[in-house]
Amino acid sequence: MPTQIDAASLGIDFAHLAPEIILTLAAITVVLVDLIARDKRVLAWLSALSVAMAGGAAIWLWTSDASGASYSGIVITDLFGTMFKLIVLGGTLLAILFSPAYVERRLARFHGEYYGLLLLATVGMMLLVSMGELISIVLALEIQTFALVALIALLKDEKSTESALKFLLLNAVATAVMLYGMAILVGLTGTTFISDMPGVLAERIADGGVANNLALILAGVLIIVGFGFKISSVPFQMWVPPVYEGAPTPIVGYLSVASKSAGFAVLLRLFIVAFEEAGMDALDWPLLISGLAVASMTIGNVVAIIQTNIKRLLAYSTIAQAGYILIGVAVMGNGAPNVYELATSGVIFYLAAYTFSNLAAFGALIALSLPNGNDSIEELTGGFSRSPFAAVVLTVALVSLVGLPPTGLFVGKIYLFYGAVQGDLWWLALAGALNSFVSAYYYLRPVRRLWQPGGPTVAESDSHRSLSLRASMAVSLIGVIILGIVPFWLISRATEAAASFMP
Amino acid sequence: MQAFDGLITLIVFLPVIGATVVAVAGREQMLVRRIALGAMILDLLLATYAWLSYNANGQITEQLGQYGSDPWIPGVNASYLLTIDGLSMPLVFLTALLGVVAVLGSWHVKERIREYHVWLLLLLTGVQGVFVAGDLLLFFLFWEVELVPMYFLIAMWGTGHREYSAMKFVLYTLFGSAFMLVGVLALRFAIGSFDMSAMTMAGQEDTLRVAFLGLDAIFLMFLAAFAIKLPVWPLHTWLPDAHTDAPTAVSVLLAGVLLKMGGYGLIRINVGMFPGEMEQWAPLLVILSVISVLYGAAVVFRQTDLKRLVAYSSVSHMGLVLLGVASLGAVSVTGAALQMFAHGTITGLLFLVVGIIYENARTRHIPDLGGLIARMPVVGAVFVFAGLASLGLPLLSGFAAELMVFLGSFDAYPWQTGFALLGIVLTAGYILWTVERVLLGPLKERWQSLKDASPADFVAMALLVLPIIIVGVYPALVADVFRDSVTLLVGGG
Repeated sequence: MPTQIDAASLGIDFAHLAPEIILTLAAITVVLVDLIARDKRVLAWLSALSVAMAGGAAIWLWTSDASGASYSGIVITDLFGTMFKLIVLGGTLLAILFSPAYVERRLARFHGEYYGLLLLATVGMMLLVSMGELISIVLALEIQTFALVALIALLKDEKSTESALKFLLLNAVATAVMLYGMAILVGLTGTTFISDMPGVLAERIADGGVANNLALILAGVLIIVGFGFKISSVPFQMWVPPVYEGAPTPIVGYLSVASKSAGFAVLLRLFIVAFEEAGMDALDWPLLISGLAVASMTIGNVVAIIQTNIKRLLAYSTIAQAGYILIGVAVMGNGAPNVYELATSGVIFYLAAYTFSNLAAFGALIALSLPNGNDSIEELTGGFSRSPFAAVVLTVALVSLVGLPPTGLFVGKIYLFYGAVQGDLWWLALAGALNSFVSAYYYLRPVRRLWQPGGPTVAESDSHRSLSLRASMAVSLIGVIILGIVPFWLISRATEAAASFMP
Repeated sequence: MQAFDGLITLIVFLPVIGATVVAVAGREQMLVRRIALGAMILDLLLATYAWLSYNANGQITEQLGQYGSDPWIPGVNASYLLTIDGLSMPLVFLTALLGVVAVLGSWHVKERIREYHVWLLLLLTGVQGVFVAGDLLLFFLFWEVELVPMYFLIAMWGTGHREYSAMKFVLYTLFGSAFMLVGVLALRFAIGSFDMSAMTMAGQEDTLRVAFLGLDAIFLMFLAAFAIKLPVWPLHTWLPDAHTDAPTAVSVLLAGVLLKMGGYGLIRINVGMFPGEMEQWAPLLVILSVISVLYGAAVVFRQTDLKRLVAYSSVSHMGLVLLGVASLGAVSVTGAALQMFAHGTITGLLFLVVGIIYENARTRHIPDLGGLIARMPVVGAVFVFAGLASLGLPLLSGFAAELMVFLGSFDAYPWQTGFALLGIVLTAGYILWTVERVLLGPLKERWQSLKDASPADFVAMALLVLPIIIVGVYPALVADVFRDSVTLLVGGG
């Protein structure tokens, strides 16, 4: 069956890829400048500047309401994609601002590689959210993955290399599973363009061939399971704790928000466009995703309770957070347009609030960590007297992760859970609320340590004095609070983004 | 007297402003205390002004963001809507009053007082917010806001197993609010907005329909949250721990206003929005309330820690609140509300006195105490006064409240009320026995150098003694205000 592309979409439109182009050029520039620059801090500023410029380009795409397909339909530009690009870029910018202090201390030999790879990974993620064709999606995924593998291994110590290897191998398994699903999907539909799939799929389902439906279900399940790796949800969550423990802290922060957001974006796009209602019905979508959501939340929260390492704790926390977001995804299979819009905007809002909260936490951890520390929770004792600002930031971040007001994730949770109630999944909302209750136990423990007097008397690091680190912590903190008190601005934008993407 | 726009907002957020000033400028101990005290005194004055305005003009409402067109949180249609009606007014006043008392009662705190006062003030904002929220999402938000400050106050400045108790408090409350959240969202789904008055109206007109689960289940979800907070036997076990290990001022607030959030929620939501279900479940609730009254009172006799003793007496007294609410008459529910107000001042005073004794003697172990009145005449006299108020001496506020509860519930549940009356006998027994063990008898050698109340303590005690007497002599002052709103909620019964 020939692919149907209208003439206008064949065009090559550089404007639609402006953010990606800026970042690619910047990545190359950073590596080159690394060769001649004496003061390596200029690399951080250069990267930050390029991310800000890419963000400016994305905002321009948003305000000019650019939409449509370009590059033969491979690149899709819409508010949904642009919104996710902005979230990814925001996370990247904050992560870059964290970095100078840490890179100076732990990665002094790899300034250029560090920032260059970070920008390349971001290019992969941004491409990911705008791809409308399966092969390109896989390529974008790989751009992101390989940059990340190198970044995780960059510390070059035992834990770091081990975790990079685990990440690489598990990613290979997950991608293989996903590719298998995609291959079946392409076999069923005869096209790799996702916008061409729904018509064919609906026909097949209407024909009523059980065998075809089985193949469709297999394809859907395999793809979802594969994406579990990207969004760090069950059943591919095993890589998360070792990587969080072993990788450089700013990279973990970056990975936890940007990679997850991009993963959710492509998951939504693929399923809502390609499978549409008929396909999602055949998959029994709400039940399938609910199951993953409950499993992720519960496993993440319960295992987090026994962690003694703060980075591992945040690793299990991110698995649980993926579960909360999956609540919103599950509701989308409900079919009703208002529920769909509510759930999609809920996912977008939650991811934005999560980006701020989690990066605030990681920024504060960098500021509070000890030069020879092992990131145990005990080490946080006395954090308030070492660095009051970082202690406040970490406290607010963890309170937000519990989902308590007045923070962004409180509103985010209300939003997602309300979507569940309206989408006939009230029990999922209850499961989410009960999980928040469990999570209070482990999120509040480190907070308690922070404000306790005493603590290690070893020579402390001065990383909390880094100006860029303080700035990014301040931005994250303000973001968390603003989204908790006056969420309407972002919610309206998120609703527009969700509407731009109506099937 | 016409209330000005922004009055309620100011009452709710004045403590936050105070907390911010303390955090930024509070470099010296005395300065911190003065700022916090100033903020709470101003809050109390504003609450008094609001009360006068309420008496003159009735309900006060403030709204930012309209339902439907331009809400605070679009998508879920929540609005920033604050309302002070008859049910909230005395509780708002009580919170501000206990806020002043709490700051004065914290004069003993010496460690890290800047952070301490920041948390204390943030806590007060959360409590005030619960009482004035007119939007159910806002209600839930304030309900949860109080948790983190409370956790810190107990875990950092408490005594004994403070970390355990603080976590237990947080987890119990969050467990209840997990269910409440589903209830909140279900009501939103049914009504189309989070407007509490619309929900009450639908509930009263019996037009409230929930698409799933059924009203009974939603009712029980709210009940779970409020019963934990009140607390009702058998969900009360967090309370003795939290009370015992909390610092004095926090115990005062916990007993004085935090428990009232549970009672307030029961009346506002369970009675107001689910009258039919409430009627169905009332017999069970009455039985639970009688068990709470008797169990709490009986367990008191076995306590050797003075604070734990008062904590269990709280369980007993809050049982009377549930009895009044579950009897569902205008008189009994008004009595329950009045009991909340009276208990707030009386038990607040008891905790304050116990705290002063502890600060001076460094022990709360009852067998170690004895004859203290010889060295602490003022504290001893106030202890006796609060004890008498607690056991329901006529002309003190506890009497009026308990009388209304019993009169109101006797018609509907004569037997159960009769059993609950036994609680009064038990209360009289343990109060007098405690007074005897702590204050009377020979003064032990080690207490020879004990000091009496400090000026700050004295003012704090006086602030609570006055309302106990005033409301005791003239209960209509508060009861009439409560009755305005309660009558609407129980359907004129």
